[in-house]
Amino acid sequence: MSEQDKISCEEVVAHLFDYLDGEMDAHKRADIDRHLEECRGCCSRAEFERLLRQKIAALGAEPLSPALQGRLKMLLEEF
Amino acid sequence: MNDRRAFFCSEIERLSARLYGSALRLTRNAADAEDLVAETVARAWAASAQLQDVQCFEKWIFRILANTFVSDRRRKREAPATSEAETDCDQFSLYERLHQPFLLWWSNPEQELINKLLREDLEQALAALPESYRTVVVLVEMHGHSYAEVAEILNVPIGTVRSRLSRARSLLQRALWEQAQAAGLWPMSPHKEHARE
Repeated sequence: MSEQDKISCEEVVAHLFDYLDGEMDAHKRADIDRHLEECRGCCSRAEFERLLRQKIAALGAEPLSPALQGRLKMLLEEF
Repeated sequence: MNDRRAFFCSEIERLSARLYGSALRLTRNAADAEDLVAETVARAWAASAQLQDVQCFEKWIFRILANTFVSDRRRKREAPATSEAETDCDQFSLYERLHQPFLLWWSNPEQELINKLLREDLEQALAALPESYRTVVVLVEMHGHSYAEVAEILNVPIGTVRSRLSRARSLLQRALWEQAQAAGLWPMSPHKEHARE
């Protein structure tokens, strides 16, 4: 791959969330993977956004109250 | 029938904490979240005979939950969807704030902040987002839906999903930055460094 073909840091930052959200074709994804292997700054930024995304995703699980547990149990028994 | 029922019940048991968690993020209210989960489970069971690929159960039921939430909101005409112009905001990057020149003496500022952020900080920042922005964050980051799937669920163009998500992330990161500063977490000061440990 020539220097000209390499993706820039600006392009990586612009497409970082598409990359993290899996909204990217395999070719572009491979370009970013290669860039992240070589660029410490972008790698650190990608890792930060990935960790923050992971923390936000973790908010999507909450223990059920006993009332909801009972309600679901009754509902499932009706099926 | 019995196999289908057994599979359905075991999947609900496996996913119930995530169904309730995302319902809570969407509705911001425990009673509404419980109703949303119960309604989702009832609708899912009614449609379960049509589910062709059981491997898709998880994505399928989260989609039912999202559709139920969206249609319920439309029916009640609560919280009209935020227009793009209403919450216009400059792009804000927490990472860039942490990498301002005067903070670079700190060895790994972004890791420090990530470690100090509490679940409550994130809950508060997410709950403060306008509903249309919060919804795309939940559907993409918690349910794992693609932008195209979110566009279909919300009945908006895919470009709208992208712009809402981008603004949501910007607002979320700005709120976290402001919370970190208000809590004295950033810039780090030695006497506050262990305040949350």
